[in-house]
Amino acid sequence: MTAVLELKGLEVAYRQGRHLLPAVRDIDLQVEPGQTYGLVGESGSGKSTLALAVMNTLPTNGLVTAGVIQVSGTDIYELDAARLRTLWRENLKLVPQNPLPSLNPSHTVGRQLAEALGFQRVSSTSTPRVHQLLARVRLGDVERVAGSYPHQLSGGMQQRVMIAMALAGTPKLLVLDEPTTNLDVTTEAAILDLVRELVREQGTAVLYVSHSLGVVSQLCDRVAVLYAGELMEDAPVGKLYHSPLHPYTRGLLDSIPQVGLDKTRASLRPIPGQIPSAALLPNGCIFAERCPIAIDICFTDRPHLEAIPAGRRVRCHRWREIAGGAVTARQQQPAPPQSPVSRERPAVLELKKLHKHFEVRRSLPEALTGVARRYVRALDGIDLTVQRGRTLGLVGESGSGKSTLSKTVIGLVAASRGEVILLDIPLARNLAERDRATLRHLQMVFQSSEEALNPYRSVGQTLRRPFQRLQGLGRAQADARVADLLRAVKLDPSYAGRRPSQLSGGERQRVAIARAFAAQPDLLLFDESVSGLDVSVQAAILNLLSDLQAQYLTAYLFISHDLSVVSYLADDIAVIYLGLLMELGPTASVLEPPYHPYTEALLTAVPPVDPFAERPVLRLQGEVPSAVDIPSGCRFHTRCTRVLGDICRTQEPPWQDDGRGHRIYCHIPLEELTALQTHLFGRRTIRDEDEDADTSRGIAND
Amino acid sequence: MTSFILRRAGFLLLTVLLTSLVIFTVTQFLPGDVARVILGREASDSALQALREELGLTKPPPLQYLRWLGHFLSGDWGSSYSTGQDIMPLVLERLGNSLKLAALTLLIAVPLGVFLGVIAALDEDGWIDNLIGVASLSVVGLPEFVTGIVLIQLFAFQLGWLPANSSIPPEASLGELLPALVLPAATATLVLLAYIARLTRASMVEELGKPYVRTASLKGLSWRWVVTQHVLRNALLPTITVIAISFGWLISGLIVVENVFNYPGLGRLLTFAIDRRDLPLLQAITLVAVLAFALANLAADLLYAFLNPRIKLG
Repeated sequence: MTAVLELKGLEVAYRQGRHLLPAVRDIDLQVEPGQTYGLVGESGSGKSTLALAVMNTLPTNGLVTAGVIQVSGTDIYELDAARLRTLWRENLKLVPQNPLPSLNPSHTVGRQLAEALGFQRVSSTSTPRVHQLLARVRLGDVERVAGSYPHQLSGGMQQRVMIAMALAGTPKLLVLDEPTTNLDVTTEAAILDLVRELVREQGTAVLYVSHSLGVVSQLCDRVAVLYAGELMEDAPVGKLYHSPLHPYTRGLLDSIPQVGLDKTRASLRPIPGQIPSAALLPNGCIFAERCPIAIDICFTDRPHLEAIPAGRRVRCHRWREIAGGAVTARQQQPAPPQSPVSRERPAVLELKKLHKHFEVRRSLPEALTGVARRYVRALDGIDLTVQRGRTLGLVGESGSGKSTLSKTVIGLVAASRGEVILLDIPLARNLAERDRATLRHLQMVFQSSEEALNPYRSVGQTLRRPFQRLQGLGRAQADARVADLLRAVKLDPSYAGRRPSQLSGGERQRVAIARAFAAQPDLLLFDESVSGLDVSVQAAILNLLSDLQAQYLTAYLFISHDLSVVSYLADDIAVIYLGLLMELGPTASVLEPPYHPYTEALLTAVPPVDPFAERPVLRLQGEVPSAVDIPSGCRFHTRCTRVLGDICRTQEPPWQDDGRGHRIYCHIPLEELTALQTHLFGRRTIRDEDEDADTSRGIAND
Repeated sequence: MTSFILRRAGFLLLTVLLTSLVIFTVTQFLPGDVARVILGREASDSALQALREELGLTKPPPLQYLRWLGHFLSGDWGSSYSTGQDIMPLVLERLGNSLKLAALTLLIAVPLGVFLGVIAALDEDGWIDNLIGVASLSVVGLPEFVTGIVLIQLFAFQLGWLPANSSIPPEASLGELLPALVLPAATATLVLLAYIARLTRASMVEELGKPYVRTASLKGLSWRWVVTQHVLRNALLPTITVIAISFGWLISGLIVVENVFNYPGLGRLLTFAIDRRDLPLLQAITLVAVLAFALANLAADLLYAFLNPRIKLG
């Protein structure tokens, strides 16, 4: 049987001025019919370049410099324009990341789908076919969706539309390029379910490109790991996860925070250093610089991708020793796990009945005819406490009010009602009315360090400012403190002379953290601060944050949509839905039954980094309702899978307390919840060295 | 939709009202005494004073403004200090001429400019693109009086195809009008053309780089279809605004072109009014020009909103 996709000795390069910079090199890969092939890599690995090369839609400065790409036996770079178009129309389909820019903003979804089906205009013959296609991606109300413009749909619906588009024709190969990046976990889970079902129904071969080992493990039969443009390891999914042979694969697996594994049980093992740039590739193994077990030969000879038993391939000089258990490819554990911090700590931040209602603008005729004012109830009465030296993790889907909460605390948005109390002093609602001491006590680390750092200031200038302005130090003293601070965030003091553009993403985030710590704050706010980072870098930042907290006893309010990150770092977790907390308690208690049904749904949606993990499927229906028309009774009842009956629709639920600080906002008695729910995460102990023993077993069993 | 239009129209009214205030204030501070300008050097003080009283120049400025505005709104734009003619028919006639010139200019410049911009973008950094880029840059650098005079030299004096002087009688028919319009319109076109072409090119290049273009290509559609059905409309959206604004500019800003060709438009009337320190005339022209400009802007906003589904009308 011919492979659906075959890459032989592929090399793709980008023209940059007079130079050709190779983005992927020496790639051999085969996707068989019906196979779901995962391609995993961090940023800079060349995974998107590879996806675009497979589609033959490289950007104009990109070109295939060596090798062949065959789809069903045909070299797609030998086709003339007309036959390439036929291939695209019928057999070769792409689902890109970021659906919104991938849809034409000024045509309706229906029209764009009709086009994919080969109709030039929307007509009475095209419409039923379009509706059929939308129904196949499980979109309800197909008529409305078809008549909508892309921006009128939610992110999840947009991505379904893109998938529907890819199902037109008779696809033989579906290339999915990070289709769930930027989506909520709940939406991501639903999209992954859909892809899985479609693959089962259609038997289409899939090349699934992703940065997330978790997502890939849930979907793919086989996984290839890409690093700096080369394949490092390629294996059936179970083998790759349970007995990785390449030190890079091992490093990636170890850097992923997993729900149920927190900082008190094990610290993450980040991969030191960073990916080499295509212009400066070393002579030896491209991973040697970051490898914990590199020996002399690794720095001089480039290893080949070796085919080894059990259908695996690996590019490493020392794979035999790793497979035999003679060496471990684990990175050093950077620090011992943190000891748990007592719950009896003084409060640093208290939120009391915090409300933020934004008025919806009425049009002139509406105002004149006396249509009542309406409000977006972004925050609807939040009570929270963050204690000294502890981390409170705040999780929720987009639209739940997380970001409004952080902005209200920091003062960028003025609360409508309620109080923000810092160190027993109620704060002014507006940032402008707060005094300098308050500013010093309360610092924030933003999601995008690229935008949060002034590109025209050196790192030193940026870090000096808080010392000089908020603490009134002189220049020399401030400089000394800057050097200390850089060392504290594990950067060399020479970084003071650099500008943000000269730093990598992880380094910039370290600078942003250093700046926040410069003011010696009592409370630090993190709003999705590690979300944009690669896992190997994210792990280092998470460890850093946990070390700094142990050292300075700073309180953290850590906001993220990523439950695994939150559960790693947080001592307590608060779950927010439509502007109100649903559950609050110590991390360990929140992660085991009884769960609030919403928490339960969020937790089941997190893809486990284990292809064989058994997880009950519990999917939330529909989208987060509008915060203008908040459902009556329990505001979660419209999507809850465990609705009791009318009481949920008519009465606000009580706060139930288990007596140990774990509180759930639900009508269902706690005992009943516990009985209904299963443990989603086995009580894990420290991930220990035992696992390395599996490696040898994995090979021996084949 | 209605409320969107009403709101925009409200803004327009406010803008015009504010400019009228500015125009009035500025003309108050212009040097020179109107009465003396009208009556000449030899006039006696009492005659001057009598004229000032008659013109209402002795009243306090706010009252003068309100009186002026009221008269203006009721259609009494006064009479010219220098010629004694009624201002309104004069200005409207010249406005009509300017509109004709502007319309012809846009009729040539827009399709041509958009066409050049589109083919330049489709051949980004190729030789067609470079040729159009260099040509449009060199034209844009030339002032209108230079291109105007070159055109007159060539087509009027050397070839004798078209008149050098475009002054036309008010009752001219379209057949008489057209030859007189061609050279001024061509001059104005040259100024606009490069602008429109470069703008269209930039906007096309930006659109062509967007992911939805790739999506459309990957449906197996022909490139021509992708460009005409997908890219063009989105690329032309920002161009529309600019075109509408240039229409406003064409009506009020063709001072140089109209003077070079001696074309009886609003711009030429404006220089005349300035020369003669004819305040009422100057005020009327400026206000009409502002109104035209604001209306063109309103049209652009409405068109943009109508064509762009992302702008919510409400």
